[in-house]
Formats: sequence, structure tokens, C-alpha cells
Amino acid sequence: MFFDDFSSFLYMGGHAQYVWLSYGLATVIVAINFISPVLTRKKIIKDIERQLRREQK
Amino acid sequence: MWTRLKRLYHKMGSPKWFYEITTRWSKWFMAVGSILMLTGVVWGLAFAPADYLQGNSFRIIYIHVPASLLSQSAYIIMAVAGLVGLVWKMKMSFVVGKVIAPIGASLAILSLLTGAIWGKPTWGTWWVWDARLTSMLILLFLYFGVIAIYNAIENDEMANKAAAVLSIVGSINIPVIKYSVEWWNTLHQPATITLTKKPTMAPEMFIPLMLTILGFYCWFAVWVFARTRNEILFKERKTNWVKKLLLSEHKKTTGAQL
Repeated sequence: MFFDDFSSFLYMGGHAQYVWLSYGLATVIVAINFISPVLTRKKIIKDIERQLRREQK
Repeated sequence: MWTRLKRLYHKMGSPKWFYEITTRWSKWFMAVGSILMLTGVVWGLAFAPADYLQGNSFRIIYIHVPASLLSQSAYIIMAVAGLVGLVWKMKMSFVVGKVIAPIGASLAILSLLTGAIWGKPTWGTWWVWDARLTSMLILLFLYFGVIAIYNAIENDEMANKAAAVLSIVGSINIPVIKYSVEWWNTLHQPATITLTKKPTMAPEMFIPLMLTILGFYCWFAVWVFARTRNEILFKERKTNWVKKLLLSEHKKTTGAQL
């Protein structure tokens, strides 16, 4: 590892706020891109299934 | 060769085929992308040496450069998809263009935000109206424009056409972004990666960057496929293959009949 210990890894040579804020934002945006289509899919399937059930009756 | 390409083209135009093949491809892109990202991020954050000028803030590069590159590549794909849709009336092509817009916008936002955060310790400012930063902001607005067209126009065919035209016209901005650091005096540093010259970065800094770039591209494919499949499900909801597919999935998850 480049850093001597874990706390100096977190400290990032005084640039902690910049580095961790960037990686935090990246995590949020990546998570949104993964989760959003899953939620949409669930909603679409629910709607289609409701429609199918109505047709069967 | 030509007939095989033509056959592939016709297959790609079929929503059912696209749905099934991307379901399989997604798993691979997801696995490879995740391994690349994990390796690249851990390497870049903890093992790569600090930059001799910028210190540890340079580690933002492993997010900033992939997000910036991908937001531009995504735009080009969106514009080409629009062109293919307009010229050859390929419906699936429009769908791909449509779903890229929100993903591309999110990546442009990530690029701008991480750029601003990186700029603060490096240049002493969050934002300057220089050519590179301004043209990236325009890229974001172009994405917003495409999203707005789809939200505003109810008629699918009209929305597709309008969005495709905007995508194609807006692609003039892509070379402007690329060459902005050469044409104008900008605060932004010149390109980190060029295809023609050897990298000026040390390999232990450069390799993790390549990994996160490739990882982001793989994840991008997963996102585009997932959203495209959603559009297909909705558009084809009245067809038999979608009904059959849902019935079999329903049985698998609940063990019960619908």
C-alpha cells in the first residue's frame, strides 16, 4: 500500500474531503443507474400482470 | 460477410431478440465490469503513488476521467442511434438513443462535480468559464434537451425524430470538448490519454485508470441494456411472448399461477 497505515489512507495527505466526496458522489450516481431500471421494471411488470388478470376474468 | 451483417442488423431490430440476448450479455458485462472497477478503484485509491504536484487529490482521476470519457462516448452512441433510426427507420435504434440520455446526463453531472471538487485544491477554484468546462456543461444541457423532448412530446414517432435531430446537431459539441484544451488557453490540463502517444503517466498510475475506464464502459452497457429491456417490455406488453415470459417468471418466483 502507498500509505503507512489506515488513518493516513483516510486522511489522504490533507485532501480527504475532496477525494472522499468525489468517490461518494460516484457511488451515489452509479447506485442510481443500477437501481432505477430495476424499480421501473418492477412497476411495468406489476402493471402488465394486473392487465393480464383482468383479461382472464 | 455482408449477408451475415444484414441478418444481424435485422435481428437487432427485433425487440424479442434484443431482450433475450442482452439478458445474457448483461451478466457478463456486470461481472467483468465489477471486477475491473473494484481492482481499479482499490489500486488507484490505496496503492498508486501520490502525484508529485497535486498530492493525493489526483486520485479523483479514477472517477473523473472515466465519467468524462463515457459521457462523451454515450453522446456519440446516442447520436448514431438517432441517425440509424432516421435513415433506416429502425425502431430499436430510437429506443437505445432514448435510454442513453438520462445515463449520459448522470455521467456528465458526475464529470462536472468531480471536476469542480478536483479543481478546488488544484486551481484554487471550483469553477471557471473556460472552454473545456463550458463545453462539458453544454453537453449536459444537450442531454437535458433530449430528455425534455421525450417528456414533452406524447407522440412516439415525433419525439423520436425530434430527439434524434437534436442529438445529431448537438454532436458538433463533441470535437469542441475534445480540442478545447488545445484550441484555447484553458485552466484544464491537456488530455491524460491519447491514442497516438505513449502515456506520460507512470504505469502504476495509468493501469488502474485503464481498469476504471473499461469497468465504467461495461457498467454503462448493463445500464443501457436494463433500460432498453424495460422499454421493450412496455412497448410489447400486449404481445404473446411478453405474456409468456412474465407467466414463466411469475411461476419461478412464487410457484403459483397468476
